[in-house]
Amino acid sequence: MVQSLRVVEANARVYKRTWKGSAVTAFLSPVLFLLAMGLGLGSIIDSNPGADGLGGVRYVSFIASGLLAATAMQTGAVEGSWPVLSGIKWMKSYHAALATPVRVSDLVTGNLLWMAVRVTLSAVAFAIVSALLGVLAPIEVLAALPAAILTGMAFAAPVTAYTAIAKDETRLSAVFRFAILPMFLFSGTFFPIEQLPGWLQPVAYVTPLWHGVELCRSSAIGFDTVLDPIAHLGYLALWASAGWWFAQRNLRKRLQP
Amino acid sequence: MHNQETAEVRPADAASGGGDLVTARGLTKRFDDFVAVDEVDFSIAHGEAFGFLGPNGAGKTSTMRMIASVSPVTEGHLRVLGMEPASQGPEIRARLGVVPQEDTLDTELTVNENLYIYGRYFGIGGTVLKERIDELLDFVQLTERRDSRVEPLSGGMKRRLTIARALINEPDVLILDEPTTGLDPQARHVLWDRLYRLKQRGVTLIITTHYMDEAEQLCDRLVVMDQAKIVAEGSPKALIDQYSTREVVELRFAVGSQQNVGHLLDDLAQRIEELPDRILLYTHNGDDAVGAVHERGLNPESIVVRRSTLEDVFLRLTGRRLID
Ligand SMILES: Nc1ncnc2c1ncn2[C@@H]1O[C@H](COP(=O)(O)OP(=O)(O)OP(=O)(O)O)[C@@H](O)[C@H]1O
Ligand SMILES: [Mg+2]
Repeated sequence: MVQSLRVVEANARVYKRTWKGSAVTAFLSPVLFLLAMGLGLGSIIDSNPGADGLGGVRYVSFIASGLLAATAMQTGAVEGSWPVLSGIKWMKSYHAALATPVRVSDLVTGNLLWMAVRVTLSAVAFAIVSALLGVLAPIEVLAALPAAILTGMAFAAPVTAYTAIAKDETRLSAVFRFAILPMFLFSGTFFPIEQLPGWLQPVAYVTPLWHGVELCRSSAIGFDTVLDPIAHLGYLALWASAGWWFAQRNLRKRLQP
Repeated sequence: MHNQETAEVRPADAASGGGDLVTARGLTKRFDDFVAVDEVDFSIAHGEAFGFLGPNGAGKTSTMRMIASVSPVTEGHLRVLGMEPASQGPEIRARLGVVPQEDTLDTELTVNENLYIYGRYFGIGGTVLKERIDELLDFVQLTERRDSRVEPLSGGMKRRLTIARALINEPDVLILDEPTTGLDPQARHVLWDRLYRLKQRGVTLIITTHYMDEAEQLCDRLVVMDQAKIVAEGSPKALIDQYSTREVVELRFAVGSQQNVGHLLDDLAQRIEELPDRILLYTHNGDDAVGAVHERGLNPESIVVRRSTLEDVFLRLTGRRLID
């Protein structure tokens, strides 16, 4: 455990150089999204008779509660891809760490803990923005944070495991193009998945994001979850822990052949 | 938490009589079916500078990585500092310093940050770490570069920084995988000097290199590796005595005429080696051999008489040059 925390510390020292830029992004992107999609598009939707599908909630609040989960997903996936490949291939900082008493398990656990920190920061930034814009109630959005963080880890860990076997960065962009972006659009963030064609709905159920959106939406705007919240939490935890396990296995093969 | 294991190991190690820091018996490394290290045996004693010499792909790095406890042993026996790499990797690595073949510096961070982060991995911190960084920067002559980013540093500076980083935990053993490859002669000499000082302080050095002059300069003892096997072992001098003659005469002939004269030289030396661009006569007395060449009426374009080097040993053992 001590060794994992040293890996967290190393990440924090590296982050010190870039935190300003990343903080600006963390605050700016929810502002832009909520203004454009929520307030702009929302004003049209809310005045439309079909808006009953949202259970009387303002559209901006509906998507804000989903975007909280989607933001966590995005941060988790980004943290699990480029920085990991850099550690393996470009800067080789993983090789450097493994020449010390740090083990592969420490390296993976430490990096995932760090990713949890990053996911938390971006989710908190989102929560602050949505509360300040009056889109979500401060207490409720606070209550949704744990689910958002777990959602982020349900992506960070498996993406890390995937990056551990990825040859180069084109494999990473493929994840965003073919997995992250479609999930972002079709897993319930912007509209209830009941609106999807019937055959697509089961696909949405399988995506971790949908479970995260369900949980965040229930805490933030009081919607009922489709499954028992425990089942949603369990599903996300399964992705996170499977990712954690495979990340160790894959990195061990890659870094210590 | 590993204390019981260590306690078990130490007496057994003492009983086996070795002041040896590293022992390998039948050490083998395979990548799938490919054999990179094939049943090699060697022992490295405390305070020694031990070299692995060999051409590309000989298995030097694979061996070093097993010693550094970052690559699992496929077969055979390996003990490092009296411990078992498979079960006591972290304890072993805590007492090693490693200079890998390829730099693993974070080029976006400063010199100081690279050292600091690495030191933290060993659990060193606070003023101890700060003081040690000061000392090490001074030792590798990078004090002025303390706060510069690593990226613009020269190859020699990066190598020196990597050495400083490897020393952050005051290791008993320093493992250097081609420490000077790609450096200009002056940078190499600076590095040799630092390594020599470390050796004098009692640090055990394990070095791989393609350069015979480097091996001759730095190593008390070395093994020559070729195609995954150790083909010879000894001090540089002993290897030269055993596998080569005292002197070598190098003859260069006009382009195209070399193949016509080879057979005329057969009995002039103990051994003759024909390279594409010259003929080497291995003999105990170079001047006598040169005289004999002239007596035969041969007029090479150039004649050089020199002492045998490890390069000659290598040529003899493998029929190949060290650097292709
Ligand atoms: N991870 C790996 N997977 C497959 N083969 C490998 C791996 N690492 C090394 N090899 C192979 O093992 C052989 C020995 O490699 P090694 O790096 O130990 O040689 P070396 O003596 O250090 O060579 P060089 O002087 O080029 O550094 C080479 O043929 C290499 O291609
Ligand atoms: Mg090598």
